[in-house]
Amino acid sequence: MRIVVIGATSAIAEHCCREWLKQSPADLLLVARDTAKAQRIAQDLAVRSPASTIEVETVDFLDPRAIDALAERAAARPIDIVLIAQGVLPPQATLQDDLVQCRDTLAINALSPALFAEAFAARLARAGRGTVAIIGSVAGDRGRKSNYVYGSAKGLVARYAEGMQHRFAGTGVAVVLVKPGPTDTPMAATHRSAGLKLAPVEDVARDTVRGIAARRPVVYTPGRWALIMLIVRHLPRFVFNRLNI
Amino acid sequence: MRPVSAWGRLSADPHAVVELGDRTAVGAALAHGHPGIAQGLGRSYGDEALNPGGTLWRTAGLDRLIAFDPSTGRLACEAGVTLATIQDLFAPRGWGLPVLPGTRFVTVGGAIANDVHGKNHHLTGTFADHVTSLVLQRTEGETIVCGPDRRPEWFAATAGGLGLTGVIVEAELQLRRVAGPWLETETIPYEGLDAFFRLSDESADWEHTVSWIDCTGVAPLRGVFLRGRPSARQDGTWRPRRLAWPLTPPVSLVNRLTLAPFNRLYRALNARHAGRTRRVHEVPFLFPLDAIADWNRLYGPRGFRQYQSVVPDEAAVAATGEMLSAIAASGEGSMLAVLKTFGPRWPRGPLGFPRPGVTLALDFREQPRLERLFERLDAIVAAAGGRLYPAKDSRMPRRLFEQGYPRLAEFLPFRDPGIGSSMSRRLLGS
Repeated sequence: MRIVVIGATSAIAEHCCREWLKQSPADLLLVARDTAKAQRIAQDLAVRSPASTIEVETVDFLDPRAIDALAERAAARPIDIVLIAQGVLPPQATLQDDLVQCRDTLAINALSPALFAEAFAARLARAGRGTVAIIGSVAGDRGRKSNYVYGSAKGLVARYAEGMQHRFAGTGVAVVLVKPGPTDTPMAATHRSAGLKLAPVEDVARDTVRGIAARRPVVYTPGRWALIMLIVRHLPRFVFNRLNI
Repeated sequence: MRPVSAWGRLSADPHAVVELGDRTAVGAALAHGHPGIAQGLGRSYGDEALNPGGTLWRTAGLDRLIAFDPSTGRLACEAGVTLATIQDLFAPRGWGLPVLPGTRFVTVGGAIANDVHGKNHHLTGTFADHVTSLVLQRTEGETIVCGPDRRPEWFAATAGGLGLTGVIVEAELQLRRVAGPWLETETIPYEGLDAFFRLSDESADWEHTVSWIDCTGVAPLRGVFLRGRPSARQDGTWRPRRLAWPLTPPVSLVNRLTLAPFNRLYRALNARHAGRTRRVHEVPFLFPLDAIADWNRLYGPRGFRQYQSVVPDEAAVAATGEMLSAIAASGEGSMLAVLKTFGPRWPRGPLGFPRPGVTLALDFREQPRLERLFERLDAIVAAAGGRLYPAKDSRMPRRLFEQGYPRLAEFLPFRDPGIGSSMSRRLLGS
C-alpha cells in the first residue's frame, strides 16, 4: 500500500502511520514543513516496521505550484491513500487581535488542505482509484465564539470535501472527511488546562484508519461527537447564543 | 495549571504541565520553571513525580524509537516510549525486555529512574542492568551521555535516582532473545512462611516467581505461589482483553467487609489450578492488573497507599511474620498482597531499591488511622535493617529513608539543582 501523508508531523497523522504499519508494511511518503521533525518520525516508523519504505519531502504548504509538482512526483507510483492532516490552533483571542496571525491560521487550516486535496484528486482521478482523507474538526460544524477562526477554516474543509464527494460519486476515488473531537495532542495543549476531556490520540488515529479503509464519507471520532454535534448544529440560535462554548 | 494525581490518587493539585515532544528541544524546555520534575505515565504511587504548584515536565510525548540493531538486540529510543510498545513491537521479532515490572504501562525513563524489577529479579536483576547508555538533560543546559562504561558515576546516580539527576531524554536498551510470549506456569497453594521460603528456594531455576498471600489472617499464613518459565511450545493465539474500571465509587470498594471474602475467593480460584502445569500467555501472568485500566479508582475518592518493603534474608522470617501480624490485627489490607524473594544482587545506584532479601507489598485504602499501622511496620523494617520502595511511597519518615539507603551521601552531588519534587523535599529537604 502506498500512502502519502501531508502534515506528517501532526500527532494524529503520526499515529495513523503507526496504525497502518501495525497492520502491514507500507510505502509511506511523509510531507512536512519541519524536515528535522519529519525525519525523526520517519526514523521511528522505520524501526517499528523495517520492511516499510519511508520517504520525507519538504514543501511550501501554501505554494500552489510546489504542491502541484509534489503531487505529480508522488503519483509516479500509484497512490492508495492521501491523508491531509496539517493544522494549527492558536488561541482565538490572539487571532482577533492580530490579523496577520488570523490570515496565516485560515491559510494553513483551510487554503492549504484544499490545494493539496485538489492536486492529489487530479492524480487519483487519472488513475481511477484511491482515497483522499482530510482531517476536519467538530469545530467546523458550527461557528462558536471560542474558536471560529479555526472552526470556519475547518468548515471550508468540510464543504470542500463534500463537493469532491459529489464529484467522485460512483467512481473509484473516495473522499473521507474525518472530524475529531478535542484530542490529546500538542496542538490542543493549551485547551487541556481548560479542564476539557481530551480523546487519546491513539483512539482517534484508529478510528481514522478504519474510516479510511471503509471509505466512509464522514468519520466523527470519538463516535459520540456525531450525536453531540447533531444537537449543537440544531440548537435554535436564541439558545445557542446564550451558551458559553 | 491543571490538576495532576499520582497512581495512588491521594491528591489532585494544580501543576504547570509542560509537554515534552521533541527530543532536540528538551534543553530549552528545562531552562525555566524551576524547580520542576519529570513525569512519564504517572504510575509512581506517591509523590515522587509530583510538584504541586510547580512545573511538571511530561515525557509521555517523547515516544519515538530511534534505532534497532537486529544483530545485537540494541534498541535506542526516547524516554517516553512505554514497555508495552517495546514488547508488542519486538516480541514477534524474537526480542524482549529482560526486566518487566508488574505493569507494562510505564515509560523507559520511569523504569530507569526507579530502577524497576520484575518477577525474575533473581536471574536478570533490575532494569538498569540492561541499559547500555542514556542521555540526561540537566536544567542548566548540559547534556550528559552516560552508561555502565561511560561516566558510570552519573549512570549509577540516575538509575533509581527518582528523576532528580536530570531529565532522561533517551536510552539505549539491550534486549534479549526470547522464544515467544508463552509461559509454562504452576500454581501452588501453601500454608506458613516456611513453605513460602522452601518454595522460593526450590524455584531458583524458574524464570518468574511471585507469591500472593491472604493478608486477612495470620496463623497459619495462607498463600499461593506462582512460578513460570518459557514454554517449549510457542504456538497459539492470545487476544488482549482490556476492561476499564468506569468510575470512582463514593467509598473504597476495598474495605473490611470485602477483604476477607475476596481473599478467600482468590485462593479458591487459584487452588483449581494446583498440581498441574498450565501454558499461559506472559501478559496475564506478568501483568494481571493491566487487564483492568484505572483499577486504582477501586479505592474510592480518597485514594490509597502502597507499602513495599524489603528486609534482608537473615531477618526475613521474623520480620515478615511480625508485619503480617500487625496488618491482620489492623483489619486493613489489600486484595493482593505480594511476597517475593529478591536474588543475591545489589542495585547499581545508591538509591536502587531491590537488595538481597524478601519484599512484601500491600495496598491500603487511605484513612487517618493508617499512619499508626505504618509506624508499626516502619519499626519492624528498620529493626530488620530493611528499606521501603520510594516508587510506591508517599509518607515514609526521612530517618527511615536515610537508614535504608546508607549510600545516600554518594547520590547527593549528582542532584540537579533545578529539579525538585514533593518527595525530594520530604526525604532530602529540598
